[in-house]
Amino acid sequence: MKQVTATGQTVKEAVESALAQLNTTEDRIEITIVDEGKKGVFGIFGSRPAVVKAVKKPDPIEEAEKFLKDVSGKMGVTIEIETLRDGKNVQFILSGEKIALLIGKRGQTLNSLQYLTQLVINRYAEQYLNVVLDAEDYRKRRQDTLIQLADRLAQKALKTGKEIALEPMPSYERKVIHTALVNNKRIKTYSDGNDPHRHIVIAPARTR
Amino acid sequence: MKELIETIVKPLVDFPEDVQVNVQEEDQRVTYQLSVNKNDMGKVIGKQGRVAKAIRTVVYAAGSSEQKKIFLEIIE
Repeated sequence: MKQVTATGQTVKEAVESALAQLNTTEDRIEITIVDEGKKGVFGIFGSRPAVVKAVKKPDPIEEAEKFLKDVSGKMGVTIEIETLRDGKNVQFILSGEKIALLIGKRGQTLNSLQYLTQLVINRYAEQYLNVVLDAEDYRKRRQDTLIQLADRLAQKALKTGKEIALEPMPSYERKVIHTALVNNKRIKTYSDGNDPHRHIVIAPARTR
Repeated sequence: MKELIETIVKPLVDFPEDVQVNVQEEDQRVTYQLSVNKNDMGKVIGKQGRVAKAIRTVVYAAGSSEQKKIFLEIIE
């Protein structure tokens, strides 16, 4: 964490000097007034400068980027991060060699990193932020795969007349499947079990 | 590997200076014993072990290229 102690004729001037030194704006620092200063008689006798201490508040997004770089670096993967922020949603797009190691089987490593990054970012964020990690367009490819899977299993459920339980998935992946089949009137979908074992069941509409 | 565990855990806890990782090597396996400040236990385990599971997933992914099987234990 960066901090400086600055002085000035008045508190206001001291703060301005601190901001200039830290090269930042007032909303990104925390100010403690060490000494209010004294004007003195005619501004000469017994005057004392104002002293403030300014501490730069960590930026949640910078901390999250640093976390991702550090962790993947220690895993032996050098990455570049592209950050997109839309309100409370923050997306980090990772790129680099050996990125497959960060995605893992069915994205489980990427999902775990995403969860950990979400924890880190919200230690610093004032408003709750939602983190999405993506690499090599993985989320889009996974979404396409899930929609295909949903259609295939819906047909199977209709043909056999039986319910089909899918393997456990995180909530946003379940949502993709629910959404994909919401317009199929002959099929209904619901989720069963509790996280982390919560999974989708695809059933023909008339049974159950 | 030890450094990786520290890099993941330290930003998650309130007392990073209390994060310790001990290594126990055996024939076929390496066990990393992670200990944190008592007040941070909940932070590294999480609701229904969600955080612990995520840490393990990342650590095991990094260790997949190694010869020995890796385990991560969280101890008090």
